[in-house]
Amino acid sequence: MKPNFEKGGKYEKFHSTFEAFESFLFAPATTNEGGVHVRDGVDLKRVISMVILALIPATIFGIWNTGYQSFTHAGVVDASTLDCFLHGLYVFLPMVIVSYVVGLGIEFATAQIRGEQVNEGFLATGLLIPLVLPAGVPLWMVAVATAFSVIFAKEVFGGTGMNIWNPALIARAFLFFAYPSKMSGDAVWYYGVNAADGADAVTGATALSQAAAHIYTPFTDAFLGVMPGSIGETSALCILLGGLFLLFTGVASWKVMFSVFVGGALTAYGFNMFGPETGIAQLPWYDHLVYGGFCFGAVFMATDPVTSCRTECGKYIYGLLIGFVAIVVRVLNPGYPEGMMLAILFMNTMAPLIDYIIVETNVSRRKKRAIAK
Amino acid sequence: MSELFSKKNKEAFTLPLSKDNPVTVQVLGICSALAVTAQLEPAIVMGLAVTIIVAFSNVIISLMRNTIPTRIRIIVQLVVVAALVTIVNQVLKAFAYNVAQALSVYVGLIITNCILMGRLEAFAMTNKPWPSFLDGLGNGLGYAKILVIVAFFRELLGSGTIFGVNILNYECVKNAGYMNNGMMLMPAMALIVVACIVWWQRAHNKDLQEK
Repeated sequence: MKPNFEKGGKYEKFHSTFEAFESFLFAPATTNEGGVHVRDGVDLKRVISMVILALIPATIFGIWNTGYQSFTHAGVVDASTLDCFLHGLYVFLPMVIVSYVVGLGIEFATAQIRGEQVNEGFLATGLLIPLVLPAGVPLWMVAVATAFSVIFAKEVFGGTGMNIWNPALIARAFLFFAYPSKMSGDAVWYYGVNAADGADAVTGATALSQAAAHIYTPFTDAFLGVMPGSIGETSALCILLGGLFLLFTGVASWKVMFSVFVGGALTAYGFNMFGPETGIAQLPWYDHLVYGGFCFGAVFMATDPVTSCRTECGKYIYGLLIGFVAIVVRVLNPGYPEGMMLAILFMNTMAPLIDYIIVETNVSRRKKRAIAK
Repeated sequence: MSELFSKKNKEAFTLPLSKDNPVTVQVLGICSALAVTAQLEPAIVMGLAVTIIVAFSNVIISLMRNTIPTRIRIIVQLVVVAALVTIVNQVLKAFAYNVAQALSVYVGLIITNCILMGRLEAFAMTNKPWPSFLDGLGNGLGYAKILVIVAFFRELLGSGTIFGVNILNYECVKNAGYMNNGMMLMPAMALIVVACIVWWQRAHNKDLQEK
């Protein structure tokens, strides 16, 4: 019976069906010719869904905080939670829609041209992009940055899973360098509540730029996230909730996440002890970890399995160096108050090199051992 | 006459303009292409300067090709190029001082431009003066062409001007929310614009595609 279904047989067309029934409950008689690395049922679709679930607390808090900050800035004190939330949604939702429409549009177009299947990779990126931008960035800039990052950071390298840099951070970096007055990193735009004022967006200093002037935002405020900043990055608490979820489901590597925090804390502690007398160098190390985008970067950006190190030992090095570079940029370069984005992009670039060195050292160590015996 | 414009000679001139472009296909002279293309005017002057220098150094080296000892040929080539670069630099300083200031060291650095040494080594050392002249002219213009395209986009999107003439910096445009792209003024973006040209060229030219 079987030969009928094999290549050249009578019922060749039904090979898949036959094979499916034949191997039902039994291991197939044949083995794969190439290598297979299936470990469990978690595929791309599920990983991406997990990331989106993990982003929900930070997103909801970010929406509320955007509204809250604009009301506070406009001098409205008795705005209800719902008002804050709705106003935040009014700012945030268009950004999400623009990023999804532009990004998915390009993804679909490239998939069509290349004759590939459309995959889920962009679903997380499309949400991450607005989360790392300050409220009030013009929508066309969101569109341009999304298009830039999807084309030049992702599709030219071969699409999801082939990119060298985190696409969401490339979008942010593009805006950061292209339109610094909208994204300068030390000031954040609130969308004003009163359009009648004429100005519909106003700037405000972030915790990091205030710290440079020795004005420190209290740790609890920064930890809870009731402070100005990019939409999704302010609340360390909500981000850590998402982070725990990612660790629990095994999507993110605890090694990367943990070592980013350790690297950042040690570096900041070093600056506290031996650093210059500037405000940002004397910022207590625990504050460094909850200010700005450090937490968000550590939990959602650095742990991106595509752009981080693959080797287990490399993950520690990769994480430690991200924390280190981020704090060094923050402290030593007054032009860039926020170093997390640059640190992660820099280490994304270095990740393959770290992996290579680790694999090569391992190879030579084992060679030596074999020769010694 | 027919010999002067034979097919081979024509190709020496036209290939570098399209299929064998020094910047986008051979990837030579990238450094100066990134440095001088923030605005159109210096880019055009730079393109012309390189064209003149490549063409004439090609001719001179081609005339001397049988007498240059192989061991010191690089030194001889450099002396010829350096002499031409100095002349061009002085002419620019005398007649186009502002552009010369904008180009600063990059005119002097034409000496180290990879296109020059590449053409001298690959073409002028083994060909007669006339084809060498055409080859130099073609390569210089091919380089200039890419410079002008890159500079056009960088100046338009980065500063909102063309040849310093205001195109996008009007109040109504700004009120509509448009801003000049600061990244276009950085050399990094020139690399991406060059990459787009390479992308376009390879997509439209089957011969340049691998596999």
